[in-house]
Amino acid sequence: MVDVTPGSVGPIPPAEVAEMELYHPHSWWTKYVFSQDAKVIAIQYSCTALAIGLVALVLSWLMRLQLGFPGTFDFITPEAYYQFITMHGMIMVIYLLTALFLGGFGNYLIPLMVGARDMVFPYVNMLSYWIYLLAVLLLVAGFFAPGGPTGAGWTLYPPQAIMAGTPGGEDWGIIVMLSSLILFIIGFTMGGLNYVVTVLQGRTRGMTLMRMPLTVWGIFTATVMALLAFPALFVACVMMLLDRVLGTSFFMPAIVEMGEQLQHSGGSPILFQHLFWFFGHPEVYIVALPAFGIVSDLISTHARKNIFGYRMMVWAIVGIGALSFVVWAHHMYVSGMHPYFGFFFATTTLIIAIPTAIKVYNWVLTLWRGDIHLTIPMLFALGFIVTFVNGGLTGLFLGNVVVDVPLSDTMFVVAHFHMVMGVAPIMVIFGAIYHWYPKVTGRMLNHAMGMFHFWVTFVGAYLIFFPMHYLGLMGVPRRYNELSDMGLIGESAHHLNAFISIMAFIVGFAQLVFLFNLIWSIRHGKEAGGNPWRATTLEWQTAHTPPTHGNFGKELPIVYRWAYDYSVPGAKEDFIPQNEPGSFGPSREPA
Amino acid sequence: MSVILVFLAVIVGISGWWLSHQRLMSKPWLEEGSVSAFPGTESGSMPAAKLGLGVFLAVVGALFSLFTSAYFMRMGLSDWRPMPVPKLLWLNTGMLVLSSVALQCALIAARRKDIRMVRLGLITGGLTAFAFLIGQFQAWRDLVADGYYLSSNPANSFFYLITGMHGLHILGGLFGLGRTTAKAWSDAPNDRQRLSLSVELCAMYWHFLLFVWLAIFVLLAGWAANFIDICRQLLS
Repeated sequence: MVDVTPGSVGPIPPAEVAEMELYHPHSWWTKYVFSQDAKVIAIQYSCTALAIGLVALVLSWLMRLQLGFPGTFDFITPEAYYQFITMHGMIMVIYLLTALFLGGFGNYLIPLMVGARDMVFPYVNMLSYWIYLLAVLLLVAGFFAPGGPTGAGWTLYPPQAIMAGTPGGEDWGIIVMLSSLILFIIGFTMGGLNYVVTVLQGRTRGMTLMRMPLTVWGIFTATVMALLAFPALFVACVMMLLDRVLGTSFFMPAIVEMGEQLQHSGGSPILFQHLFWFFGHPEVYIVALPAFGIVSDLISTHARKNIFGYRMMVWAIVGIGALSFVVWAHHMYVSGMHPYFGFFFATTTLIIAIPTAIKVYNWVLTLWRGDIHLTIPMLFALGFIVTFVNGGLTGLFLGNVVVDVPLSDTMFVVAHFHMVMGVAPIMVIFGAIYHWYPKVTGRMLNHAMGMFHFWVTFVGAYLIFFPMHYLGLMGVPRRYNELSDMGLIGESAHHLNAFISIMAFIVGFAQLVFLFNLIWSIRHGKEAGGNPWRATTLEWQTAHTPPTHGNFGKELPIVYRWAYDYSVPGAKEDFIPQNEPGSFGPSREPA
Repeated sequence: MSVILVFLAVIVGISGWWLSHQRLMSKPWLEEGSVSAFPGTESGSMPAAKLGLGVFLAVVGALFSLFTSAYFMRMGLSDWRPMPVPKLLWLNTGMLVLSSVALQCALIAARRKDIRMVRLGLITGGLTAFAFLIGQFQAWRDLVADGYYLSSNPANSFFYLITGMHGLHILGGLFGLGRTTAKAWSDAPNDRQRLSLSVELCAMYWHFLLFVWLAIFVLLAGWAANFIDICRQLLS
């Protein structure tokens, strides 16, 4: 045991980590709008992401209106339906989840949790947000472009994505979409450099890698993955843009359309699929790893118990990060690949379930005999575990080639990925917002509204997506705007669809209550104080709440312990902050 | 996708090596106390800008690896008709090598605090890099004049795309180099101190883009094809 009591160390030597030069804003504009403070940027990122997420939520209602009550609403034409589906998927995956986890939580939490005054490149960090905003505005502009936004599906598969017949294919829709993605990637890369370098170079004294909270580990690893995976989407977008605008044939094979040969020839649509999924699969974990990290901290804090298997958690995060780059082709089983490739990718897909399962075990064992406080963050964390396990199990089905082939392109797939990378990470986002909102604003979110929000969202999400699995097993295809009287699909599917739609509206309504709560509580919430959850990590130990520019007071905190010293026997309180010196009790001897 | 996988394997190797020095086997729950008990696990002492550039170069590396992967994948199809490589590219390569050498000289001079040599190196590096860009553009025009249009065949498209992307990165580098050069002429004491680091970053970036260019050149000239064939035969 390496136990250094403060007395034996003597006076602490002057900080070896050089104090960074902080940019001090002089006007209202540079303080709140063109701010270089990571906390302000984080709030800007979060608000933009939530705003565009609201658009995606409305789009999902429109889709459900059509699926539940086909033909009732004249304005939802088949083209419009495809546009809704495409924009809903793209917004949720990239502009909401990725931006919120990395740009929002990453910006707010990394500097505070590792004990830095700010990100290492604040100016680049600011640019990152403004480019992201530009990408979002460009995306929204697609709705007003002639012909509307693209309706190619969120995967944008060529050749259909840039051909007549697909909404936006021969108009501006697809061009706007691809340009927006390219901008997003450039903006993200700027932010990502900050997150990585801040974790590597900006940690305060005593904050070794193995003392970092798992939140930071999750965001850090996800950022590294995103930096390496987004270039694949970038390449795919640039090449498709050239195909569309300059008439090259990277992805466009020779095509005869209405008896006429198009000018393209010699391209490979499969090439796009490889590039897209080389990004697309790591993307799942880019969203999931921050969620894993955050949920570990939520569970540990609200169960007043140290995280079980911290080392294993770190290794699992890193392992998942590396493995997720060699599973991409499991999205392409039906593209006609060599059976041995299918075998390889099925194997890697199943292997990645091992570190993931380890994490689930550790969360459950953290809860075991903990002093569980059923606060709203904790409820959402529990909801996440259940949902994630459910969604993960259907992933094992789909990871097998033989099971995937018949289920491919059915609602089963839709149900699977909504559970595992839609509902599950969103649960964590909600939990995290309820958890850190007091730090950001100084006030608690309203509890009653929070309870309503959690229960309706959790139960409702199950009522939406559980039946969807059955629709898939019945053979209901995805991406169809209407089943009409397809022989193989029974009457019950229509009733189920109507039920799902009604549930979707109810769950959507609960999100509006949540948004109202966010705004209402800024003024009317209960005063939170500096550390309402009695948590150990550094962001709760700041002198001011909300933290001021520069995060910490005159001196940076010095870290003496890991982030999970809850309910330590012999300690005065049931938590010991990371920056608290001293040793506690004889029970700290290794067993 | 073999090239990008090899690239990632290298990245994983470097990260793994670095992580292995970070006491991943430690038991943080047993280790209270000041950090001085764990030497070598502090935040790195490398300047943040240098590490940032390193990470950025990894991203650029991934980008070009992906272009290369796509190129190889398309090349594997039977109707591949490669494009002739213009002779001018040899001259351009020479220019870029010169540019890299000049910046290296500037770096050495900056460490010796020889400001005149730094200025000379930066100017030479900038001009030769600019000449490289002009040469690339001229090569494009020659090709177009010979009837090798962008969209007439996938090999052509790849040629223009990859050289264009590389050119854009050089252009971005010239912007950074311009700022560094301005610093070399400035008298503000703050700028003087940072000059050495800036020159180092420019040199790093230039060497990396030179390496990327050489790889691209080998690829576009078709020499890489034989190598890949050998690899394929070994695998199958």
